[in-house]
Amino acid sequence: MKLFIPMFRKEFIQMRRDRLTLGIMVGIPVIQLMMFGFAIQTDVRHIPTVVFDESRTPTSRDLIAAFENTGNFHIVAHVDGRDALDEWIAKGDAQAGIAIPHDFPRDLARGTTATLQVVVDASDPLSSQAALAAAAGIAQIRNLAILSAAAHRTELPLETRVRPRYNPGLRSPNYIVPGLVGVILTITLVLVTAMAIVRERERGTLEQLIVTPITKTELMLGKIAPYIGVGLVQMTTVLLLGRFVFDVPLTGNVLLLYAIAFIFIVASLAMGLFVSTLVRTQQQAMQASFFFVLPNILLSGFMFPRQAMPAVFQWIGALLPLTHFLKVLRGILLKGVGAAELWREIAILLAMATLLIALSVRRFHKTLD
Amino acid sequence: MNDVAVETRHLTRRFGPLVAVRDLNLSIAKGEVFGLLGPNGSGKTTTIRMLCGLIAPTEGTAIVAGVDVREAPDRIKELIGYMSQRFGLYEDLTVAENMDFYGGIYGLEGPSRRGRIAEVVAFLGLDRRLNQLAGTLSGGWKQRLGLACALMHGPSVLFLDEPTAGVDPAARRGFWQTIKQLGQTGTTVIVTTHYMDEAERCGRIALLSHGHLIALGTPDEVAKQVGGESLEDAFIILQERDEQEQEA
Repeated sequence: MKLFIPMFRKEFIQMRRDRLTLGIMVGIPVIQLMMFGFAIQTDVRHIPTVVFDESRTPTSRDLIAAFENTGNFHIVAHVDGRDALDEWIAKGDAQAGIAIPHDFPRDLARGTTATLQVVVDASDPLSSQAALAAAAGIAQIRNLAILSAAAHRTELPLETRVRPRYNPGLRSPNYIVPGLVGVILTITLVLVTAMAIVRERERGTLEQLIVTPITKTELMLGKIAPYIGVGLVQMTTVLLLGRFVFDVPLTGNVLLLYAIAFIFIVASLAMGLFVSTLVRTQQQAMQASFFFVLPNILLSGFMFPRQAMPAVFQWIGALLPLTHFLKVLRGILLKGVGAAELWREIAILLAMATLLIALSVRRFHKTLD
Repeated sequence: MNDVAVETRHLTRRFGPLVAVRDLNLSIAKGEVFGLLGPNGSGKTTTIRMLCGLIAPTEGTAIVAGVDVREAPDRIKELIGYMSQRFGLYEDLTVAENMDFYGGIYGLEGPSRRGRIAEVVAFLGLDRRLNQLAGTLSGGWKQRLGLACALMHGPSVLFLDEPTAGVDPAARRGFWQTIKQLGQTGTTVIVTTHYMDEAERCGRIALLSHGHLIALGTPDEVAKQVGGESLEDAFIILQERDEQEQEA
């Protein structure tokens, strides 16, 4: 493995000299983190809401206030008819509509069922689900209050106490930021190493390299080694910004996280290397990498829960190193678990890194035919 | 007995139905400057690549610096130098960094690498360019640096594949003087070219056409064998003959 060192040094000098690429690799984590961290909120709040209050009584105004107090609804307008309410939603100026009929307070007072209509724009599933859940919640609370009063009970018959463990405030950044560490590493590292071999081929230096005594393994490892450092810098950037800008906790053993991240980074680089042995030009390498990025975002569990996916897609997801690293990230950062709980993920990542390097070395031929 | 640097025996290479090199028998002595001459597609580059262990022969074999290319293509790489048409330089590295890298992957370490770099730099007159990026060098200087990198480990056989492409005439002349010096110090140089004036400078040449060895000897002998006044005549006669054969 003696010839690994000159290869590593050469790659390191080239990496350092390519300021633009290096800048992008360090800049991307910052920009992505800001975008994802601030823009993505999975708990939907302030849904623009239009109200058609036909009854105009204190009871109905009280109810509307209750809607607004949940924080999920933001009343943008009061209208005078069902048609106007529908029009607001059709235009997209409001995403929810509350219609309180004329006889609502009378039915309530009589003890018959009073009806209240909530219209949601379901073309945006996330917002409409949040609106429906909030509306159902309000109705439930009202019902309970009314029934309890009628039964002369001072206390509720049943109360569920929900305790969201590991992320008590149900904050989106706590969920997004740790995942983002893995996503950013995957995207940038796969792309940069996918270029590695084809660049030498296109510039004519590969022909020169393969007449030297360097072995395939020395060549491959020398190529990826400098980027392990870049990956660790990227991860540190995201973790620090996450901690101090988004208040994401670092609950567990950070050293353990870095040790596992090292394995994950090698696996990601090896995956790029493998792509590099499959393609013939840098342009193909770029396209292949983008093709590869999408399943990582969609199927790894970064944004969408894996258990809701059909089995085939769960299997595909299981083939991605990111899927397993996400469990490690969330486990260590949010739950504070240790190596004992994560041994399976560690073993899988180790196996993937080894296998991908072996595959790349096998695919790469030190000959020209 | 060990005066032979390269010997090929029935060396043959096929690419599917195409025979790129057919039954080639050559014996090249130590210190010889040997030219492989022929039109495009005649099998020059394929021959060089087989001798360097870059592609395997389909039939026959070759002994390069005492090593059989079939048996130990990797051993050969330590004993030979190779410079491709594109010189194989890293344009984003400096002259010194390129030499340092190639010295390193040929297994030279520490003081011996520094010593060897100093020798090669002095030999090729690269001392004032050491910190220049290879990408900013002119064609002639790139060629010299390419040669420097191929010479880092002191190879006993040096292969040059069309080494003067994109190089101006003055630089080409200087380059050939360097080649001659290398031959005098015992390095065997095997060079492909389709420039006649360059072929004239070789000690012996092999004229190839469609993978066949047509003529072998000093430039004058080769010209006579083909039936022309000069090497250039011979080359043109050969090409015309090829075209007729293809029509027939």
